Amino acid sequence: MGNTALLLSGDVDFMIKGLFSYNFFGNEVWITTTHVCTLIVMLILIGFAVCANRAIKKANVDEAPSPFLNIVELLVDFLDGVINSTMGKNASKFVNYICTLFLFIFLSNISGILGLRPPTADYGVTFPLGVITFCLITYNKFKYQKVSGVIKGLCDPWVFWIPINLIGDFAVPISLSLRLYANVLSGTVMMALYYGLLPIFVKIGIPAFLHIYFDLFSGAIQTYVFCMLTMTYVSDAIGSE
Amino acid sequence: MNISGEDFIRGCSAIGAGLALIAGIGPGVGQGIAAGHAAAAVGRNPGAKSDVTSTMLLGQAVAETTGLYGLLVAMLLMFVKPLLK
Repeated sequence: MGNTALLLSGDVDFMIKGLFSYNFFGNEVWITTTHVCTLIVMLILIGFAVCANRAIKKANVDEAPSPFLNIVELLVDFLDGVINSTMGKNASKFVNYICTLFLFIFLSNISGILGLRPPTADYGVTFPLGVITFCLITYNKFKYQKVSGVIKGLCDPWVFWIPINLIGDFAVPISLSLRLYANVLSGTVMMALYYGLLPIFVKIGIPAFLHIYFDLFSGAIQTYVFCMLTMTYVSDAIGSE
Repeated sequence: MNISGEDFIRGCSAIGAGLALIAGIGPGVGQGIAAGHAAAAVGRNPGAKSDVTSTMLLGQAVAETTGLYGLLVAMLLMFVKPLLK
């Protein structure tokens, strides 16, 4: 009994695999599935960007836009609306970054449908995203609130609250990145368990619904949440003036 | 039956992983409360449905985080096995 369980768990496969290693200044560094999947996602994004650019340049005011151009306009409209409603008059400075973030995370999250291992199911991908957000927050805090404002915010109720406020500041990127990572990882693990442990006749048709929930729905929600929280924190740091 | 030390640690890790997932109760209750209040809000003001829905989803995703920490601990215990090294 115990042996069969162990054997079955050998089929469950959601780990990051190293493809080949190389020597980087004396350290052994691995090229993993995450790198390859990130590259594929980036290639898709670049192809999409080139196609969209061509379609926009060829667009004619007198005729109806092509279906592809319609989709691009829909996307830009949606992102503009979300960013404008959250950041108000500061939106124009951050719209490029947030849109890039949104597209990359969204495509990464749903790439489980394309048969890739989602790049965001690797903490090495989500943590840098969190760190970028943290840098944005800190930079804007110092830029708009000046040093005095930052110090005043640190000792908010009282001077002895400084450590707690500092922990609160540093918890932001960690909780942001862990949220995204754990959500995508849980979807990946669920799909791996489903494909690895169940008999063959339930793997026909039914996984489609699981993919819709775990990859599409959960991925879209988490993308939205990550971008939303980034925007909220940054506009918090900018303050109302 | 003989149980080696390694097997014992493995079994205890599995029990610990199961216990860690008790953390899922809290977010479940919290998300339910959020969804209930959102439903009430939409009932009172159907025009604000899209705003209420997006706010609810954002709040639920944030509330979910604690449960996900529990899940992460369980995954670490099950698959990385930090206690065996």
